[in-house]
Amino acid sequence: MAEVFWPAQGSAALLGGEHNRVDGLAKSTGVAKYAYDIAPDNMLIAQALSCPHAHANIRAIDLTAAQNVAGVVAVEPLKAEGDEVRWEGDLVAVVAAESEAACAEGLAAIKVDYEVLDHYVDDADLDAATGADATRPAGSNTQKADADAEEDAEFERLFGEAAVTFEADYGIHVITHMCLETHGSTCEWNDNKLTSHLSTQNVSGTAGQIAGPLELTAQDVTVHCDYVGGGFGSKFAADAWGVTCAQLAKNTGRPVKYMLTRSQELKNAGNRPSGFIHVKVGAKDDGFVNVWDSSHWGTNGPSGAPVSQNFIPYVFDPPNRRRVATGIRTNSSPARAWRAPNHPQCCAITQTAYDDVARHLGLDSYDVFLRNLSTVGERAAVYEEQMKLGAQLMDWKAKWHPHGKGPKDGSVVSGLGMAIHTWGGGPHNSRATCKIYPDGGVEVFLGSQDLGTGTRTVIGLVVAETLGLELNQVKVNIGSSEYPASGPSGGSTTVGGVSESTRRAATAALNELFAKVAVQLEANADDLEATGGKIQVKGNQNRNIAWKDACNQIGMGPIEAQGEYQGGVTYPRDYEGKRLTDNGVAGVQMAEVAVDTETGIVKMRKFVAVQDIGLIINRKTARSQIYGAAIMGIAYALFEERIMDKASGAFVNAELSDYKLPRMGDVGEIVVELYEPESEYNRGVIGLGEPPVISPGAAISNAVCNALGIRVPVLPMTPQRVLEAISAANP
Amino acid sequence: MRPFEYAAPRTEAEAVGLLAAKDRQTEILAGGTDLIGLMKQMIVTPSRVVNIKEIPSMQGVSQTSEGILIGAATRLEDIARATLLAPYPALADAIAGIDSQQWQAQSTLGGELLQRPRCWYFRSGAGLLAQNGQKVAAGDSRFHAIFANSGPAKFVSATRLAPALICLGAKARILKPGKEDPESDDPETQTCLVSELYRTPRDESQRENVLSQGQLVTHILIPHGKELANATYEVRHGSGPEAPLVTAAAALRIEAGIVTDAKVVLSQVAPQPWNSREAAESIIGRPVDLVTAEEAGRMAVAAASPLKDNRYKVQLAAVAVKRAILKAAGQPTGGI
Repeated sequence: MAEVFWPAQGSAALLGGEHNRVDGLAKSTGVAKYAYDIAPDNMLIAQALSCPHAHANIRAIDLTAAQNVAGVVAVEPLKAEGDEVRWEGDLVAVVAAESEAACAEGLAAIKVDYEVLDHYVDDADLDAATGADATRPAGSNTQKADADAEEDAEFERLFGEAAVTFEADYGIHVITHMCLETHGSTCEWNDNKLTSHLSTQNVSGTAGQIAGPLELTAQDVTVHCDYVGGGFGSKFAADAWGVTCAQLAKNTGRPVKYMLTRSQELKNAGNRPSGFIHVKVGAKDDGFVNVWDSSHWGTNGPSGAPVSQNFIPYVFDPPNRRRVATGIRTNSSPARAWRAPNHPQCCAITQTAYDDVARHLGLDSYDVFLRNLSTVGERAAVYEEQMKLGAQLMDWKAKWHPHGKGPKDGSVVSGLGMAIHTWGGGPHNSRATCKIYPDGGVEVFLGSQDLGTGTRTVIGLVVAETLGLELNQVKVNIGSSEYPASGPSGGSTTVGGVSESTRRAATAALNELFAKVAVQLEANADDLEATGGKIQVKGNQNRNIAWKDACNQIGMGPIEAQGEYQGGVTYPRDYEGKRLTDNGVAGVQMAEVAVDTETGIVKMRKFVAVQDIGLIINRKTARSQIYGAAIMGIAYALFEERIMDKASGAFVNAELSDYKLPRMGDVGEIVVELYEPESEYNRGVIGLGEPPVISPGAAISNAVCNALGIRVPVLPMTPQRVLEAISAANP
Repeated sequence: MRPFEYAAPRTEAEAVGLLAAKDRQTEILAGGTDLIGLMKQMIVTPSRVVNIKEIPSMQGVSQTSEGILIGAATRLEDIARATLLAPYPALADAIAGIDSQQWQAQSTLGGELLQRPRCWYFRSGAGLLAQNGQKVAAGDSRFHAIFANSGPAKFVSATRLAPALICLGAKARILKPGKEDPESDDPETQTCLVSELYRTPRDESQRENVLSQGQLVTHILIPHGKELANATYEVRHGSGPEAPLVTAAAALRIEAGIVTDAKVVLSQVAPQPWNSREAAESIIGRPVDLVTAEEAGRMAVAAASPLKDNRYKVQLAAVAVKRAILKAAGQPTGGI
């Protein structure tokens, strides 16, 4: 019997190696087709009209002139008369036309009569929001070491006892998902069946969302997505535009492509909530934070929810803490899950305060983080080991200087900062089918998707490892709702889900094959193993049969075996202390920056990321994912933000030319250390997508603060904010 | 994007004839790095687009009796590499700041000088003056003008090469349609200083340059006799081709260690390139060092009038001027 549990550390043939992506060539040469690239014959182009007002009622929509524009085939309202538009850029009507130009003419001919209403967009200013009646309570929660003490008196006493007490403000602005491939789809009808080439993180979950509104059943809808140009949590749903595209294709009898424009993408298709906090901190003279009292606020759009109070302060849980959350309703599009929802913002607005404890006490930030690890729970020892590794890679002790006390090279100062994070990353539900053909061919099928993280390669590696084959001997089929259902790719759940279902399917298929060849090898099927392209008797390499010859004995049809992981179902999860998958990781990141005090420009020098993820399947793509996360973190720490014009309520920088992102020249040296001792390896596979993107904001802010001796309180730390912080500190 | 006629003339006269059409709204297509985006957004909606990139006489860098002549359709990377332009590092500095191989390979000198402002209200369709300046005054002005912003125009001039060219006393050769029949008469030539190409519009009928429909900048001339030490220094938020926060160019004549002639021009700070006489005068008669360069930077912004969101740009303009002067004099600029 082939064993379903992973080989012991160090004994795998492929797992944990450095493997190129199986689709790397297709992607880099343009052979890979994204939803945006699909162009069936006779296709119509659909585009939407955006509302120019931040808040308005629609009195009337007149589509007549648009319908009469040459080349326009269909015009549909997306809002009805009397509807309220709650953010600038919301989509009001859609035109399908023979060309982009005709579509543009059609859109320009749509007449909408708006009753413009008051708007509110300022999420940073709590007083202004209160004045505008845009706030709502979002919960509060207190923990006291002395549960019986009267709350206010106890907090006053604790602050009185603290060696250092300070009050400070921190914040982080809304950013957008900025998917390089905007949201949308290309839809085709054939014989009353719909194929939606949807740019999605969720091929198995979106067919039903399209079928329902079209009064079809899900089996008449196939969602197809071989490649996705970015999702980051914003592409779980078919969305109104996905349904509209299918409807337009049905109504016109022609294929239709409907992708959002860049500005529509930024204004409608995903953003991350902001977070602002006022906090009072009391710490002991060794940097231990004993008391924390905070009020935080922020916006996720019209419904007005801030980041969750459950992560305040982040990872650290001081013995005494009080936290109050306030939501701000703004005329901006609803937030969507952004890589590690809540975590990056909560890390950025609270672990900066922990660093300020070090600043106020003149301590090394490393020592303050270390001292407070006693409040992080069960993974404290892992954090400590990861901090040691990070410090070695950063050469922390040699480079460290107290905040603002480092050498100055003209106007340039440098500094170090760190932050720590946590995430789950347990598996999502997943089903896989593995087929072994009589000619030796192997295929695996999952209704999963590759967001660019390397999922396709990971699945192939798991099959190849299980069957003792090379990666290129396995054909991986994903990206279709016709395959066995697998979960949406979010929350770092994919790698666990697909590796567990795939491993189980491939093992089951292999055991069927073992049964077919056992007689020829004069052995029990239980005593066989698949390795190096052969099936052999365990412990006797001479009694073997080559893979192809073994498969010849399958007979008529292929072996077809299923494997699955379903949450809530009891599996034999543990085997001699090993598991296929697990949940829960730590992670430590450190940043070194230089700051030009005359221009406020921050330059990344070095960034170190230490990360545990259980068992590593593909070391190369794992490292690559952390590089990407570090760059995304540098982006929100130093460059990107949604800029809302308070006066007009417009999102004014909703184009790539104005929405600042880092380039390769801005990211400095990035060092990735994958932390995989046997104790972590034996936990099995754990997701990696979210955790490494959490710490960069706090780590980089702390490095800037260490360089300047002044806190730049709000991210991103643009030249403007750095200069304003310097000028506020030197009035 | 709206449908449009496309013309690709091979001569300057042909181009002017096509551009001067009375019954057409025409736009000049050079590299297209700005115009295509504006057309896609329908901020400009020409009925005819005239591509000037295939006019051989508008390409290249040559030596003439009057000075160095650069065709307006010459690509930026060819300007940065041209040995004839080696004495004018201020140009290569500015081009290096347009930090994208694609942009350097695609953009032309004329297009760079006459690109439209990046003001986000203009770019979202509110008009160049964005409701007579009201949208900027009430709205978000963090990237807007810190000089000459009391009128309706509060955007900033987007060019990054004009400061260097103005410092060097460069002239623009403009071809204009003939008077009687603009579409067929021989065009007329006019020459002006590069600084005179720009204006601060007073109403929506005006653009930020003086060219009227049909007029074409064919060449830029850097006259002889202006062999000054020169440099451009930009404050850029990050790498990449996006607009810098400030551009400053300086040209200095330094004799026996003393500055005897100086010119300092900024961009990204006012609706047109901003000639800082104050900075130039402050450095004349003095040696270039950290103290005098910093003093020039301070003088450059003494008359700044920041809007509510862009006070930080005053500091950046002062630093850019200081560093441009130091760089022109061959001294370390500091910074990162």
